[in-house]
Amino acid sequence: MKQLKRQENKKWFLKGMRHGVPIGLGYFAVAFTLGITAKNIGMTPLQSAFMSFTMHASAGEFAAMTVIAAGSGYVEMAITQLVINLRYLLMSCALSQKVSEKMPFVHRFFISYYITDEIFGISSTVDGKLNPWYTYGAASVASPGWVLGTFLGAVVGNILPANVASAMNVALYGMFLAIIIPPARKHKVIAVIVVVSMLASSVFTLLAEYIPLSSGMRILILTVVIAGIAAYVHPIEESGDSANEG
Amino acid sequence: MKDSIYIYLLVAAGVTYLIRALPMTLIRKNIKNKYIRSFLYYVPYVTLAVMTFPAILTATASVISAAVGFAVALLIAYFDGNLFKVAMGGCIAVFLVELFL
Repeated sequence: MKQLKRQENKKWFLKGMRHGVPIGLGYFAVAFTLGITAKNIGMTPLQSAFMSFTMHASAGEFAAMTVIAAGSGYVEMAITQLVINLRYLLMSCALSQKVSEKMPFVHRFFISYYITDEIFGISSTVDGKLNPWYTYGAASVASPGWVLGTFLGAVVGNILPANVASAMNVALYGMFLAIIIPPARKHKVIAVIVVVSMLASSVFTLLAEYIPLSSGMRILILTVVIAGIAAYVHPIEESGDSANEG
Repeated sequence: MKDSIYIYLLVAAGVTYLIRALPMTLIRKNIKNKYIRSFLYYVPYVTLAVMTFPAILTATASVISAAVGFAVALLIAYFDGNLFKVAMGGCIAVFLVELFL
């Protein structure tokens, strides 16, 4: 029985590693620019890597560097991070329902550490309950891409050819599409939600001049409103994990 | 100033981790309320859709290459769905289009 469990975990870990590859590549590209910014404000490569390893958050890290560069206080740093990263609170709520009640509690501390947009994305949309080893597998590939990218960016500055960097920037978005489109094809409700979300996001982006929101806040507000309406209009009936209707 | 950078970073990391860990560790039971369950089920789809579009259009060197990358990734995601193929397909499309721009 224990043997079986271990094999199951290994299977999930390997699957996570496979799915972590495109995340790691996309992370590398984004983290590289983080490293360049860090270098520009006088942070050492080691400090940059430390920041990326402890935070794993692109908008949050850019914001952190802004606070450091401005020499603002620690309280300002805390408040900035709270506002920019508040969407992770919602993701954490969603994941709390995605793991089994019987899962050993300690896993909750480790999974939480890796709630990034991307790792949350793939973890929260697996079929059935989430096996924590899937998250760890993905993180084992993605996190080094993130940390190493930041480190190298801070060491060498901008050396990636512009067209390669430009192309790599699409990797993470492509991954998001790979997560949301297949379920949208199967469930009409999800398809409608995806289209409405993209349209609403476009409207808010076009009106950015009049509605000044950080991207983190925009994501948070739109998520609460749209997922809220969807849950009201189309609540999920059964007790399983997937919407079997629609 | 030099030493305090690490303190700044620890404050930032601490706040970020608390945000991520509090719901996960405090909500240990399955929520029974149908409405909240549905809401949380829909959260990832909304969040990822909102983050992807229109941000993807300004992610590359030109809107045209980005739009083609978006279209290619969308098509591969629709017909195949393999994470790696979708991500790489989008990247390669952008790269190729920018060769001709």
